[in-house]
Amino acid sequence: MTGTAYQILADQPQILPAREQMAFTLMVHVILVPLGVALPFITLVMNYLGLRRNDRVAFQLARRWSTVMAIQFAIGVVTGTVLSLEFGLLWPGLMGRWGDVFGTGFGIEAWAFFLEAVLISIYLYGWKRLSPRIHFLLGLPIPLVSLLGAFGILSANAWMNTPHGFTLDAAGNPTAISVGKVLFNPMLGPQYWHFIAAAYMTAGFLVGGVYAVGWLRGRRDRYHRLGFLVPFTLAAIVTPVQMVLGDGLARSVFTEQPQKFATIEIVWQTGGNQPEYLFGRLQPDGTVAGGIKIPGLDSFLAGFSRDTVVQGLSEAPADQRATAREATIAHWAFDTMVGIGTVLLLLSVWYGLAWLRRRDLPRSRWFYRCAAVSGIASVVAVEAGWITAEVGRQPWVVWEQMKVAEAVTNISAGPIWASFAVLLVVYALIAWAFLGLLLRLRLRWRRQDAELARETEPPAQPAVPAAAAP
Amino acid sequence: MTSADAVALVLLLGIAAYACGGGADYGAGFWDLTAGGEDTGARPRALVDYAMAPVWEANNVWLIFVLVLTWTGFPQVFESVLSTAWLAVVLAALGLVLRGAGFALRKPTRQRVRRRRYTAVFGVASIVAPFFFAATLGGVASGRIPLGNRAGDRVTSWLNPTSVVFGTLAVAASAFLAAVFLVSDARRYGAPDLVAYFRRRSVLAGGALLAVGAVGLVAFRFDARPLYDGLLRGWGLALLLVAVVATVGTALLLRRGNHLGTRLAALAAVTSMVLAWGLAQRPYVLPPTLTIQAGAGDADSLRWLLVVTAVAVVLVGPALALLYRLDLTDRLAADHDDDLVEAPSIPSRPRPDGSPGLRPADR
Ligand code: HDD
Ligand code: HEM
Ligand code: HEM
Repeated sequence: MTGTAYQILADQPQILPAREQMAFTLMVHVILVPLGVALPFITLVMNYLGLRRNDRVAFQLARRWSTVMAIQFAIGVVTGTVLSLEFGLLWPGLMGRWGDVFGTGFGIEAWAFFLEAVLISIYLYGWKRLSPRIHFLLGLPIPLVSLLGAFGILSANAWMNTPHGFTLDAAGNPTAISVGKVLFNPMLGPQYWHFIAAAYMTAGFLVGGVYAVGWLRGRRDRYHRLGFLVPFTLAAIVTPVQMVLGDGLARSVFTEQPQKFATIEIVWQTGGNQPEYLFGRLQPDGTVAGGIKIPGLDSFLAGFSRDTVVQGLSEAPADQRATAREATIAHWAFDTMVGIGTVLLLLSVWYGLAWLRRRDLPRSRWFYRCAAVSGIASVVAVEAGWITAEVGRQPWVVWEQMKVAEAVTNISAGPIWASFAVLLVVYALIAWAFLGLLLRLRLRWRRQDAELARETEPPAQPAVPAAAAP
Repeated sequence: MTSADAVALVLLLGIAAYACGGGADYGAGFWDLTAGGEDTGARPRALVDYAMAPVWEANNVWLIFVLVLTWTGFPQVFESVLSTAWLAVVLAALGLVLRGAGFALRKPTRQRVRRRRYTAVFGVASIVAPFFFAATLGGVASGRIPLGNRAGDRVTSWLNPTSVVFGTLAVAASAFLAAVFLVSDARRYGAPDLVAYFRRRSVLAGGALLAVGAVGLVAFRFDARPLYDGLLRGWGLALLLVAVVATVGTALLLRRGNHLGTRLAALAAVTSMVLAWGLAQRPYVLPPTLTIQAGAGDADSLRWLLVVTAVAVVLVGPALALLYRLDLTDRLAADHDDDLVEAPSIPSRPRPDGSPGLRPADR
């Protein structure tokens, strides 16, 4: 690509609303994604426990989670459809030039979702009349298929970070595409496993958190214990792994995209012995205001030695690097993600120690308070991670191949702002619908449980419903 | 057949699948909207509620698949269509999202005023979405989408006689499909009055579909001559005739109460309509100048796209077959609805006082 096609933002006021709209819709969609990837697995584990011990409580939980799975899937499809349309509405330049290069990943994703839709329908509607064993077996492929769908999307995103597998002809258009190299580009592996781990953490902490709230409110029956134990244990096991994966991902960024590493670590001048800033704001002149400075740590993290040379932002011409403001945003997002990861690691260690020492859940109310918010914290970490990845890529949409300014639509700014405003309202409606449905489910489940308790058990503690859903 | 032709054919089949799958969902919204006042319309609406569940948003996956195929197979077509006809696409997308939200919100709501509001949103959105998606295709068919990033007119590219015909056809076809499907649903849930109700509407919608098609053909003659010519010769004509025969056949089979047959015939009618358009417009993806060959993306990508599609068909086919088999042998039960709705939706017969008997209080 020649740099001449690049126009500065002032010439293209539509870039700002296009970015904001894309960011908003992606960030909404990605709240659902961890549930889509990991909830089927968690549900099947519960289903398995139910089968093996012929445990009614476990069956009940699995069945209820599968309902949540279906609602979440439906909203995922709708918000995902909007994203696909936005690719053309907001970024026609990107798709016109590169659509055939990185489209295969999306093709895999689309088919994987279709398969998943069919399997989820069978699983959801099969509870009553299929034999429990066959029903469980038919559910087994769902987690694998959702891994496949995530692979497609992550491959496309990783390709935008490390575009491989094509050559440019004389006119600057991509030819001689090698699909294998496109799909399995260098950033795919690190990004994919980090993402999958994030999904399992988030879904595990979110679901566990719901039952932690019930626990805090005094519902300490088997239903709540099991509902907490299975997802939370899974998340607590994944968390330490995730720290290692995240560390590896950061080092991949360092080797594959040194300019991006400089952006998210706000490194200005190339050199060894780079300090690490916790937060802090990069100024246009290259100095850092605020934040906590830890000498030499950045170099050490990147190459295990204080002498590791880290490339600085100033290495690239001003129109080919992120602005100081973008770097600051990416850096804060990065630090937020790592900070939350660290806190969640401590929570997992607490849980693990309690289990090792007493073979039981921790007793402290503070543990359950932390567990209750751990899911939300994970969602924040996921969002922060994506902001790191996407803002850190600026000003490129395809790394060192195409600038955002070349990708953007020629629709003018006004209509995009307008459509963005409408989307905000509509998404608020959907969020309302989703929460409303979940609350309704909760009430209904509680009532069912209360009836069940009345039928089967003598009322032990009149003050507390014997077995109430969260 | 080159791999570009093959991808174009798969793309066309994807559009047909969305017209059928998505169409049946949209059409249900159409009948919901036109079911009349709160009391007279309550039973048909209850049937719509019963027949549809959130998972069927999955039909939108066909749309995603169509979009992916377009940007991978014909990147510049994707760029040109969405940037030029953006207004129509935004309206269609809004329809799509609001339809889902309106339906999901209404289903568990029992309060009258709110229910009415959600009913309106659900119904109107169900008409808006297919209309504007198809209107965009009408812009393509009548040669109004030039190559490039917003190179064409942002209004006339989708607001023109051909687009209006396409849009109206899409709404009529959706209503037709949905009515036919709802006949089967009504029978399954044991509501004979609703069987008759939707049988009448199937015939009505089928007639409307044929009428709009006939008027449309005349409109194409003046507004999109190449399309008109393509529809009156070779494959275009053959498929057009199949569409007509299948539509009439649906009505006849309905009379004989052949439920599987009617559904298949209705699907055949809509599918062959879409195919007729595609084959009439051959060899162009973007008439009047961009051919399938010229618009196609990289050859290696196209081949892999076909491989992915083939593998997927091998995987999805059996799963889908299993779903239908389990469904037809009544081994699937939509019991999760009990979790979402406070009352069973369809009482088998109206109450003595004539009210439809949605019984929140009975539980
Ligand atoms: C539960 C969520 C979660 C947690 C605890 C972490 N991450 Fe993360 N991170 C994500 C969730 C996430 C993510 C949302 O999944 C991202 C966004 C893009 C991606 O592929 O994964 C991501 C991206 C992301 C990136 C940017 C990749 C790119 O630019 O393409 C880096 C460098 C890290 N992570 C590093 C870390 C480190 C060093 C962590 C802790 C020690 C860490 N992450 C914890
Ligand atoms: C799900 C997690 C994701 C989130 C939350 C996210 C977030 C964002 C954000 C915040 C921006 C705006 C950047 C800016 O304002 O400077 C953006 C831009 C963009 N993202 Fe992502 N992104 C995600 C994943 C993806 C994936 C998987 C793809 C494609 C495969 C993608 C494609 C794009 C494109 C095309 C743009 C617009 C160009 C740009 O501004 O760089 N994103 N995204
Ligand atoms: C950019 C265009 C995108 C499109 C067209 C798209 C489309 C979809 C669709 C249709 C679904 C199915 C609903 C569901 O499963 O919940 C979905 C879910 C999902 N999306 Fe997106 N999405 C996009 C962006 C993203 C981004 C940015 C990510 C983040 C990495 C992502 C990863 C996933 C994953 C992993 C799921 C859940 C998979 C599952 O449920 O099996 N997608 N997406």
